Amino acid sequence: MSDRSIRLGAGAGFAGDRIDPAVELAEHANLDYLIFESLGERTVAAGQLRRLQDSTQGYDPLLVPRITEVIRPALASGTTVITNGGSANPLAGARAVAAALEQIELPRAVRIAVVTGDDVAEAVRSYDPLIWETRQPVSEYPSELTSANAYLGIEAILPALAENPDVVITGRVADPSLYLAPMVHEFGWPSDDYELLGRGTCLGHLLECAGQITGGYFADPGTKPVPDLDRLGFPFADVAADGSAVISKLAQAGGLVDERTCREQLLYEVHNPYAYLTPDVTADFSGVSFAEVGPDEVAVSGATGTERPLELKVSLGFVGGYTGEGQISYAGPRAEDRARLAADIVVARLMRVHGIAQEDLTVELIGTGASFRGSPGSHSGTHIPEVRLRVSGTFDTQQLAKAVGWEVESLYTNGPAGGGGARTGSSEVVSIRSASIPREAVNHAVEVLEVPA
Amino acid sequence: MIVDDLADVRTGDKGDDLMIAVLPRSARAYEQLSSTLGAAEVAERYGLVPSDVSRVLLPASQSMVFHLRGLLAGGVTGSNYLDGHGKTMGYHLLSLPIEGPGS
Repeated sequence: MSDRSIRLGAGAGFAGDRIDPAVELAEHANLDYLIFESLGERTVAAGQLRRLQDSTQGYDPLLVPRITEVIRPALASGTTVITNGGSANPLAGARAVAAALEQIELPRAVRIAVVTGDDVAEAVRSYDPLIWETRQPVSEYPSELTSANAYLGIEAILPALAENPDVVITGRVADPSLYLAPMVHEFGWPSDDYELLGRGTCLGHLLECAGQITGGYFADPGTKPVPDLDRLGFPFADVAADGSAVISKLAQAGGLVDERTCREQLLYEVHNPYAYLTPDVTADFSGVSFAEVGPDEVAVSGATGTERPLELKVSLGFVGGYTGEGQISYAGPRAEDRARLAADIVVARLMRVHGIAQEDLTVELIGTGASFRGSPGSHSGTHIPEVRLRVSGTFDTQQLAKAVGWEVESLYTNGPAGGGGARTGSSEVVSIRSASIPREAVNHAVEVLEVPA
Repeated sequence: MIVDDLADVRTGDKGDDLMIAVLPRSARAYEQLSSTLGAAEVAERYGLVPSDVSRVLLPASQSMVFHLRGLLAGGVTGSNYLDGHGKTMGYHLLSLPIEGPGS
């Protein structure tokens, strides 16, 4: 194993993330790897729908601008870019990136390695696994399966890194695997050294939400003030061959990295810190601790792991119907009373005129503590200066979905008094469920595209 | 005294479940919240039965994680709530009154 360390930077923490912090890292952080995590369960399923309509689509709409904006500084500093922005169609995404790069003056040819094989819809139809949430086989689910994407791990990414690429584009892979793969590639960690894989996975987990660990999602002006959030920097980590690491950010960037921001991110979306499951390892974050070793520099230690899960998790997309909603505001004396009356009118009419069942409707009085969904103690009980009514529901037809917004908007002339700022919307939705399938049902592969200089 | 006086929260979701990490701001606050803020208190705060909530203590990072099962019923793509992920819900825990030297 080598004595050197490698530097990994986070270029995006979700599909809609900002691009300028990634450019800042590419230009100034002297990275070995820049990693864009830009997939959610919904974004992959939505990508599958776009791919069904047009076989050249289905990749993340921001994939091309993300790559084209960082490619020149990345090439200049020898940074390899890794992203899951291939989404539901990694090969088409790579071709679109290649076409865009051909329009840019490049100092040399660019190699793009594409990882495929996460699309397991056929395998899911033949294995017919149990859906985790409903305990029924996929074939018995009440609506049609539109997509199935396995969470691939480092085994699928490592062959791409072996191709000496400048850019690696994948579809669905587990988020921490995007970070663990370059560590395993560079340091040659054995696939059964669960302690090292656990350490690397912990770092991937800490970095994969980008600005969350540099104080972004952490910030609270009362208890957790963070400087210069409008130019929040994204994090990078210097990782040594033994998996020890220091997380940091650029000095000129906004935000902060300290023990508190790291501790909060460690537990984000983790329901069992003793067993965090990925395709690569069962990571154990329970012994992790942080030490501030410099300004905006935090050392991470204590992660470990045990054997990886036998099967691979699969994200399933089903036809979900249409969601529709309408919103309208009431302000001043009796604002909440008028909003409640408006809600009663809308619900009664959706039932009587449109034949919608009451249990299919969700009513929220925004401003009264509606975010807490009726939890005890969530309503303030005092006078509220303005309340925004929101009525929503999901239906089999777009017509019913549109009726919700229509009935809210028609409160304008039909009352109660003082309603304003109505907005309506409807859209097709995908239902996401989960299952698992045997590893041998997945055939991952790598294809390389070369863009001439 | 309320939880907000002693700790920060971070909320995350997985399917229908909500995870709330509670991050006390000092060793003393960790001791106090470990003994006063259990699964039963959190279940009551969110209108759940106690068996739907579990708590994991993490002495190494002086923090704890609550797992609230089924709170989001339908998850992000099946629920019609404006905040389908329940990302705003963790802050409800911060205004929970707790026993402490100041109360």
